[in-house]
Amino acid sequence: MDISGVIDYLIGFTIMAIIYAIFALGLNVHWGFTGLFNIGIAGFFALGAYTAALLTSPPPDPDQFEDFIFGGDLANQGLLDLGVDAWFFLGLAAAAVVCGLVALIVGTITLRLNDDYLSIATLGIAESVRFFFLNEKWAANGSKGLYRIPKFLGDVVAPENYDYLYVVVALVILLILFAAVQRAVRSPWGRVLRAIREDEVATAASGKNVFHFKLQSFVFGAMIMGIGGALFAHHVRFLSPLTFDPLLATFVIWAMLMVGGSGNNLGAVLGAFVVWGVWAGTQFLPGVFSDPSFRLLMIGVLIVAIMLLRPGGLLGEWRRIVASRPASAAARDSTDPG
Amino acid sequence: MSLVSSRPQNFARTSRRYLRRIGLRMSPGRISALLAAGLLILGFLPFIKLGLVVNGLILGSVIALGAIGLTLVYGILKLGNFAHGDYMAFGAYVAFFIVDGVLPRVGIEGAGLGPFTFGFPVLIALPLSAMVVALGAIALDLLIYRRLRDRGASTAILMMASLGVAIAIRGLVQLIWTGNTQHYPRESRQVFHLPMDVRIPPDGMFVALVAVILVAGVYLLLTYTKMGKAMRATSDNPTLALVSGINTKQVVWWTWGIGGALAAIAGVLLAVVQAQLLPIMGWKFLIPLFAAVILGGIGNPYGALIGALVVGVSMELSTQWINPSYKPAVAFAIMIGVLLARPRGIFGDAQ
Repeated sequence: MDISGVIDYLIGFTIMAIIYAIFALGLNVHWGFTGLFNIGIAGFFALGAYTAALLTSPPPDPDQFEDFIFGGDLANQGLLDLGVDAWFFLGLAAAAVVCGLVALIVGTITLRLNDDYLSIATLGIAESVRFFFLNEKWAANGSKGLYRIPKFLGDVVAPENYDYLYVVVALVILLILFAAVQRAVRSPWGRVLRAIREDEVATAASGKNVFHFKLQSFVFGAMIMGIGGALFAHHVRFLSPLTFDPLLATFVIWAMLMVGGSGNNLGAVLGAFVVWGVWAGTQFLPGVFSDPSFRLLMIGVLIVAIMLLRPGGLLGEWRRIVASRPASAAARDSTDPG
Repeated sequence: MSLVSSRPQNFARTSRRYLRRIGLRMSPGRISALLAAGLLILGFLPFIKLGLVVNGLILGSVIALGAIGLTLVYGILKLGNFAHGDYMAFGAYVAFFIVDGVLPRVGIEGAGLGPFTFGFPVLIALPLSAMVVALGAIALDLLIYRRLRDRGASTAILMMASLGVAIAIRGLVQLIWTGNTQHYPRESRQVFHLPMDVRIPPDGMFVALVAVILVAGVYLLLTYTKMGKAMRATSDNPTLALVSGINTKQVVWWTWGIGGALAAIAGVLLAVVQAQLLPIMGWKFLIPLFAAVILGGIGNPYGALIGALVVGVSMELSTQWINPSYKPAVAFAIMIGVLLARPRGIFGDAQ
């Protein structure tokens, strides 16, 4: 592999790492700041990706798609004559809205109940979304998948250099989302979320509507995941329900957040790059190390080990807010493993 | 105490007391809900295929074995065990290892025992696999969950750890036995034909029989043995159980042992019913398992049994109208419905 090939590979790697970083941020809102246990990231991943893809792709070609009838290509159908590039942003927004709505419905049902119900329900959503896109061929061409998803600003650069442009696009969106999450969790709203995570009863006793805050957090995180899914759709430009298996669309993201440190946004982003680096790097290793099953086993062991040794993740939460509290309380916090 | 009372006017009270004794407390609301469900089923009866109900009961038996273990662990250890499906898959693969790798070496081979597709080796492998998974479940508790409990970790941390265990077990299974489909040695067999177009595969009868025996065993254990009583007491109130001198450590071991053994057997039976083994079969089974547990009320093994039969029959019946690949989604829909209407399940305590 010559040097330009290496650089191309690294750029492709970086785009995926950035997309994963967005998911890790969304998961951080759920788990890191609020303690919501979402193991159905794959569901929001798929919903976001399919929403964006269906809104922006050209209409189905009857020769290639027998059963697929759902239109797509709103960009060129005169509904809103903005062109593909503006529709890219509308696709991102729609992906966020769809994921937010699903989160709103599921959250309303489960968040009033015990914590564990939410996690079981998210698992159910992820599987149901996959079944839907697998079986309803009219909606998204079933297991044959959607392709011809357009590029954003595809006319600007030559196709072989397109990834250089897209990495900037993805990075800008990551930075915007990072700033938004960072701002949100440092606000009084974010403080309530952390209070819920630490002690729900005490938070309720101090007059906060725990259910509403949890629901807002769940919807907010899900919307971020939707945007991540939309970015993924325009990057790989081919979607099939099999893309969203629990391993690569849920477990890897959990490993990223665990490595980076839940409750730490920078850690979540770093974790995404580190874990994706290890994941992508190990495929060049000889023997068992590049075996996907071995990597699956290692991800499981990693999650268990972090839960046992450092439940806050490797980097852990930066307790900047405690600076205004008495030193003794801050010291107690820093020794607290949770 | 007997269900059949000599004095009819006492029958209602006696049966109510009996049901309460096994944890199914009857209230007017609950009775009317059951009646409504019964009427609904009766109303639909002319439109449904009885064969599907039979399939559903067979599937429900497998779900029940998994769900009873899951609900015991959930109730006693306050842990929604996401690895339970993978315990099932692991049990199925351990049995496969015994049937395929160990027994042929000592000359025990074969398929098509009597009317069944599988052979004698599966019958030997069934208890052995149950033992392996039971010990494995206890070992994992000592290694992981006990440490987390001792540290006072939250439910979410425990469940997160169980998710890690689930992923690791699946990775291990794939690493050892590859991700390709396997199956126990089998010979095709005739299904039994009954009137009204009901066809019962002999394997299904075996599955149902094993499930009935094991459920009866769990009932006897929970009702009449000291350990069973201690388990129920711990499930009701762990602190009170501890201060009244119950050895909660042993309770935990027994819970994992029973849960693991039942899961392994459920896994083997699932592999027999589906006629194949896949590493992901356990993970895919999680939603029906949790649906049954929630429907029956968390911590209530008899509720889980009834929940499992309801979920199993609903999943199979749904194939009459909708695409069969939506079966797990049907289980999920039932679960959401229960969470909306009766979050504590049909037989859960109204706390």
